[in-house]
Amino acid sequence: MSAAEDRLSSAQAFALGGLPGGTPRPVPRYGHGSRVPGWDRAADLEKEPAGIPDAETTDVPADLRAEIEAHMANYPDRRSATLPALAAAQRVHGWCSPEAIEQVACVMRVTPAYLESVASFYDMLETSPVGRHSVYVCTNISCSLRGADELYEAMAAAAAGDGEINVRGFECLGACDIAPMASVDGVYVGPLSLQDVEPLLEDVRQDRPVLPDKQLARRLVADPRANSRQYPEHPAQHEARSGVANLELPTEDPGTAIGEPPEDERPGPTAAIEEPPEHHEEDKS
Amino acid sequence: MAAPVDNAPLLLLADIDEPGLYTREVYERRGGYESLRAALQMSPAEVLEQLKASGLRGRGGAGFAMGTKVSFLPKGAMDKYLVCNADESEPGTFKDRELMQKNPHVLIEGMIIAAYAAGANRSFIYIRGEYVLQADSLDAALAEAREAGYLGESILGSDHSQTLVVHRGAGAYICGEETGLLDSLEGKRGNPRLKPPFPANQGLYQGPTLINNVETLSTVPTIIRMGGEQYAKLGTETSTGTKLVSVSGHVQRPGNYEIELGIPAREIIYGLAGGPEEGRSVKCWFPGGSSSPVLKAEDLDLAYDFDTLAKAGTMLGSGAIIVVDDSTPILDVALKTAKFYRHESCGKCTPCREGTNWTVKMLERIETGEATPMDLEIMASVQQHIMGNCLCVLGDAMAMPIGSMIAKFREEFEEHIERARMARGLGTQAGSDLALAAQGVPVEGAH
Repeated sequence: MSAAEDRLSSAQAFALGGLPGGTPRPVPRYGHGSRVPGWDRAADLEKEPAGIPDAETTDVPADLRAEIEAHMANYPDRRSATLPALAAAQRVHGWCSPEAIEQVACVMRVTPAYLESVASFYDMLETSPVGRHSVYVCTNISCSLRGADELYEAMAAAAAGDGEINVRGFECLGACDIAPMASVDGVYVGPLSLQDVEPLLEDVRQDRPVLPDKQLARRLVADPRANSRQYPEHPAQHEARSGVANLELPTEDPGTAIGEPPEDERPGPTAAIEEPPEHHEEDKS
Repeated sequence: MAAPVDNAPLLLLADIDEPGLYTREVYERRGGYESLRAALQMSPAEVLEQLKASGLRGRGGAGFAMGTKVSFLPKGAMDKYLVCNADESEPGTFKDRELMQKNPHVLIEGMIIAAYAAGANRSFIYIRGEYVLQADSLDAALAEAREAGYLGESILGSDHSQTLVVHRGAGAYICGEETGLLDSLEGKRGNPRLKPPFPANQGLYQGPTLINNVETLSTVPTIIRMGGEQYAKLGTETSTGTKLVSVSGHVQRPGNYEIELGIPAREIIYGLAGGPEEGRSVKCWFPGGSSSPVLKAEDLDLAYDFDTLAKAGTMLGSGAIIVVDDSTPILDVALKTAKFYRHESCGKCTPCREGTNWTVKMLERIETGEATPMDLEIMASVQQHIMGNCLCVLGDAMAMPIGSMIAKFREEFEEHIERARMARGLGTQAGSDLALAAQGVPVEGAH
């Protein structure tokens, strides 16, 4: 082997990210040879651009139309209703499908392209088909310090093959006090341990309220000085919500409760402190 | 261990778990909407004076004086807007969630008073889409407030009219940035706008717009009740009042606490939140969300207020304290932080879009043993080039903590680099071989 050839091969190996002693790391490429995803779905340049759908020929479910129109009435500019309208269509269709986009475009009198540009920006609007139930596992810093990465992997593995459940690692969901946590169809639950994965998914599959004891809605504030009296735990979220909707007062008579002297005993932490996940123990470094 | 501070008054969290506080009936029995009645008896200018006298600084992150912000709005009859930023997506922050879920009426009352002072007639609450329970709670409270005549035409017989709409977002960190939020509220992608013009002059629908955080607006009724000067006696001279802090990470009692600004950080982390578990110590902590430069254990005695933290080279931000104990490698913290900003960068400005991406790649090279200590210099310079070169501060929000980690934990990074290289079979000798190979010099017997 000549020196020139040898030089070439080591330089090539280095360029490929491989190091002497390691195998060269191939650069992932898509079918069309590009390193950028999406370019293989080349636009059909012959096709006419989609305009605002014709209201006469586009079939929009009456409920969806009413909801979108109600949202549009809330704003001085109808386009402000884009996000709520797309969210409504997603609830009906499961994702922002071309059909869903067309229906929203028809009611809002905007082009489908405009709506797609918006839908592709936001994490909660799905641009490809997904399972009916969403399980967002927060994997941001506060949760990951308490073992969220392991939780997410376990959750994804346990739900793998179940097309109905869409497990996603999500950025900070704003519930670091119950870390590690997940948002299951919008309901926050935590702190979760690896043992909670199966019961949680079973609740989802059975359409039951998810882990009622671990729902955020039931938690009292952490500050021990906040409440001058001991309050009962909040009802679970599904009960609380129906309570909000009906404006029902809790069964306890607050009129008599308000005169009660403050409890000397301060409420402590509102939930058991989770055992630290194992990886905290072992020194990763 | 320091004892919890007992003498601090609780203004926002007092009896927040009282059953049914989210209903108008309980809220009013506790004196709710009295501040609104009082404010409507005053002129808007008098309300503004109270806000200015209170010295209240924005609780969302920037810490700008709220009264001054209101006074920036042009006077005269025109369409003015008030927007409440309830996007709360700064990692580590969850104080607004607690307020909106349990006491939605205090926010609504605060918004009506603030809109009255600013002369705004249309108002919006932009709440992040993930907060379903909180948005439902607000919607139900709004319906009650409308029914009681607190919203609508000629509120309580005054000449002030106002509408209020809860707008649900759909999951994007950048929509917490005020101009990104405005674009999103107008129904577009949440790309930030060039400033100036500032929202106070040209904001929502190109009209003058006042944007404030949930906690800031929820404090307004208290200020009217107490009087601005009385409120200003709390806290320190330049950081008045109380603040909600969200403590998370490696502490025994994570959660929301209300503190008087200016108490030592140690009292919050150890006294209130219980500190790290037995046998662990604080390695570093973010004083104001994951965007704030980190501090080390020796900084725990700093007073927790806007100016002291600014002097220490960091910021109070949203009041989210994230504690990292000594069991976690600093590289993990840096990588997690950088990956978040890479994901959330809207892609509009090159330094942020590329800088966040390359920072993640360089940090990953450390883990795989491909990095050399020189990479730390490059990484630090990348952070320098992001700062101040973009339309908004999302890029800075990554550059500041990563830059501070490299500066403060340089030795640990270097050790990590060396260890990872050894694990790859690249000792010091192999390292020099590699350098030679990169220059094209053939190496005999390379591993």
